[in-house]
Amino acid sequence: MPATIFRDEVRRLAEEEGAQLVEVLPREEYEEAHLPGAINVPLKELDGETAARLRRDAPVIVYCHDYQ
Amino acid sequence: MSPRAAWRLEGLGFTCVYDYAPGKADWFAAGLPREGSLAAVPTVGDAARKDVPTCAPSEKVGPVRERAKAAGWDRCVVVNRERVVLGLLREKELGSDPEATAEEAMRSGPTTFRPDAPAAKTAERMRERGAIAVLVTTPDGRLIGLFRHEDGKLSSAERA
Repeated sequence: MPATIFRDEVRRLAEEEGAQLVEVLPREEYEEAHLPGAINVPLKELDGETAARLRRDAPVIVYCHDYQ
Repeated sequence: MSPRAAWRLEGLGFTCVYDYAPGKADWFAAGLPREGSLAAVPTVGDAARKDVPTCAPSEKVGPVRERAKAAGWDRCVVVNRERVVLGLLREKELGSDPEATAEEAMRSGPTTFRPDAPAAKTAERMRERGAIAVLVTTPDGRLIGLFRHEDGKLSSAERA
């Protein structure tokens, strides 16, 4: 079950464990503003092929705009 | 949306997946760095004056007034040990009984803005409403600085 985390833990995981940040919003929203280093995999395009961009040996943190 | 993405990734065999549920709204509101086409648009957090004086609620108004005045300010923000904003001492309150504590004299619950608000648009709204300055805080109430409407300069990106 994916764990819900908050800002401080996001920073820690990114800095200390090389976590990959993934914004799952549509590309237009990602291009306007996203977290540093985040990549974009829109939810509607998330499948085995697009997920292949992600490493399996590091944590993955997904986010969207807010609790939506 | 992000919970569904997290579950989907687990279904695809990823074993270490986290959901940052508060999302980028929370990140930007905390004044943390951003990337993207709007990253260069000045925000209230960028323009806020970080040197606004602060004091503890237990401090006496008299010494606080002198300290603020010496630093060129006519106001002081009352914060706790975590730098969470409790109130504001404006010129009027700083001129009140010098033996009163900041907590007794302060104006409680001042209006605050989040640091990711666009500076120019926020300044325009403040001018329309006759507000000279507002405090800028993180979502959990920690002081970032004080934003004055004259600090907002309309950039081309914001006009668009």
